[in-house]
Amino acid sequence: MSEVVISAKSVGKTFGSGVDKVTALDDVSVDIFQNEFFTMLGPSGCGKTTLLRLIGGFEQATSGQILLEGKALNDLPPYKRPINTVFQSYALFPHLTVRQNITFGLEMQGIARKQADDRAEEMLELVRLAQYGDRVPSQLSGGQQQRIALARALAPAPKVLLLDEPLSALDLKLRKEMQVELKRLQTETGITFVFVTHDQEEALAMSDRIAVMKSGEILQVGAPREIYEAPTHRFVADFIGDSNFLVGNLVDDGAGKHAIKLGGGQVIELTQEVSGQRSGEVTVSVRPERLGLVAESKANANHLVGTVSTVIYFGTDTTYQIDLGNDALLTVRMQNGSGAKADFAQGERVGITMSPDSIRVLAD
Amino acid sequence: MGNIIRSKRFWLVAPAVVYIGFFMAVPLLQMAYVSMLERGDYGGVNWGVFSMDAYISFIFERDLMDNLVVNTDYLQIFARSFGLSAMTTVFALLLGFPTAFYISTQPQSRRNFLIFLVTIPFWTNILVRNYAWMLLLRNGGLIDGALNWMGIETGGLDVLYTPYAVSIGLTYTYLPFMVLPIYASLEKLDHRLVEAAFDLGADKRRAMTRVILPLAAPGIAAGCILVFIPCLGAYVTPELLGGGKFMMIANLIGSQFGAARNWPLGAGLGFVLLALVLISMMVYSFKFKSLPEESR
Repeated sequence: MSEVVISAKSVGKTFGSGVDKVTALDDVSVDIFQNEFFTMLGPSGCGKTTLLRLIGGFEQATSGQILLEGKALNDLPPYKRPINTVFQSYALFPHLTVRQNITFGLEMQGIARKQADDRAEEMLELVRLAQYGDRVPSQLSGGQQQRIALARALAPAPKVLLLDEPLSALDLKLRKEMQVELKRLQTETGITFVFVTHDQEEALAMSDRIAVMKSGEILQVGAPREIYEAPTHRFVADFIGDSNFLVGNLVDDGAGKHAIKLGGGQVIELTQEVSGQRSGEVTVSVRPERLGLVAESKANANHLVGTVSTVIYFGTDTTYQIDLGNDALLTVRMQNGSGAKADFAQGERVGITMSPDSIRVLAD
Repeated sequence: MGNIIRSKRFWLVAPAVVYIGFFMAVPLLQMAYVSMLERGDYGGVNWGVFSMDAYISFIFERDLMDNLVVNTDYLQIFARSFGLSAMTTVFALLLGFPTAFYISTQPQSRRNFLIFLVTIPFWTNILVRNYAWMLLLRNGGLIDGALNWMGIETGGLDVLYTPYAVSIGLTYTYLPFMVLPIYASLEKLDHRLVEAAFDLGADKRRAMTRVILPLAAPGIAAGCILVFIPCLGAYVTPELLGGGKFMMIANLIGSQFGAARNWPLGAGLGFVLLALVLISMMVYSFKFKSLPEESR
């Protein structure tokens, strides 16, 4: 694995004091690696932007520290950090031309005019706005302003680029384009990107690793596939994609094998290890597309059985709601491929197939 | 539909348009007329007798042989007024910008209170305030006395009845006109732009000179105009704090209508001043028209 660039060590941040005291970050530790597209994902108020601002130097941590390549950043003001930011609102200087915006950071580093201008052209090429150097930001569209903000932040070749929900102001089509564009820029420049978003799709599409945050804490860090396929917390499974949650009792057969006994008496067998000494009531999650349906007549002892309560046709796939009894509902999403065998009607009894590895026992 | 509403809305401004149009345009035209008449021997004018004497005598006077020779007296008073107004504007800017900047960095509730404080001097009569300054500035006055009491021998401050006293008084009077427009432009300023400057490596000084000052420039220019122009027309302050020894344009105009009984010259001086002010306004609007619009 490559080197650690940014390392947060037990970082805490509170705002206000007394009764108004708000904890934005609570003992957060995370390592971000060189040349990585790292995303902090969570709902608003989860502390992701605060962590970003701490890395950028716009806020001071209440406790803990942030290291850049092993050196503590704590007291360094933003202008002394080799870290640049793409702001949510772009924050382009309205009184400067696009080129002057891009050379601003270079000029602050004392780079000669000629060189800075050459670098600006290079950056404009990189974001594919080569002819726009002499315009002012107000003459550009939102997407173009976004690219200029990127070019400006990348021009001084920072060690880390911070991106604070930079795509949230763009419309859907442009956002998709920019997702590809961002990924390309990150690969081409080799700069570590730390990206903040509340959009899980965006996070899955672009990131090398994702940190899912909630209420000032990081719940899970992992590659998109890992986060999606193997969520550790109910919040993670719920926030990213759709999930079924089933509550049951964890039972141990004594030989290291576990199973979940649902309220209605049905049993789900687990193949994976269950961490810790857990027993009693647990929640498990399973993705709707990892489930399948078979006619009840074909169901065997390992299948859960239920009644189809709703059928929703979506074109590419069909979603079934299956009533397992005892208020347990399962959503099953099946693709409508050419070889689609199944059409299940409302009220029909069905067996549910699931691969044991798609079932996750959640931490809470 | 839209047109009907718009044409009806016109009646909302109509009273103001009529009021200002009538009570500004008519006296102005009247004064323009007066400035082009022959002066009457005992004040007033000889109605219907046209003469450009007022404008000629602004620059020339007639010697004993009835030849026109250049007389710079009035020009000097104009130059002095412009110089003093410029000095006052600089003082007001040096005091006003940091004040406005400080206020703009305060939390919203405090800002309103501080702005309210800035406007408090307006509550008192200008004459009273100028007399108060006389008490402060005169030899043996409050400031002089305090300095002496602290052991700093001033030997008399000798500030009152000097151009400096006038400038101090004018700075005090017009400071709010500098603070308010600058504050308005700083308050609008997107704080994230300052963060962006820091982020790109600008220290505090360069964030100020490269981002904050350029973006506050329209406010600064407006503040300078709002201080400079009333200063040019200041009457009470030069009269009291300058002790009548130090004449500014308004005092000169006043004396032409009063003691000198030369109404055309008084009116003519007024128009020269108006022309100069209009020119400087045009320069201002030309300079700031080209500024790019603030991006959203």
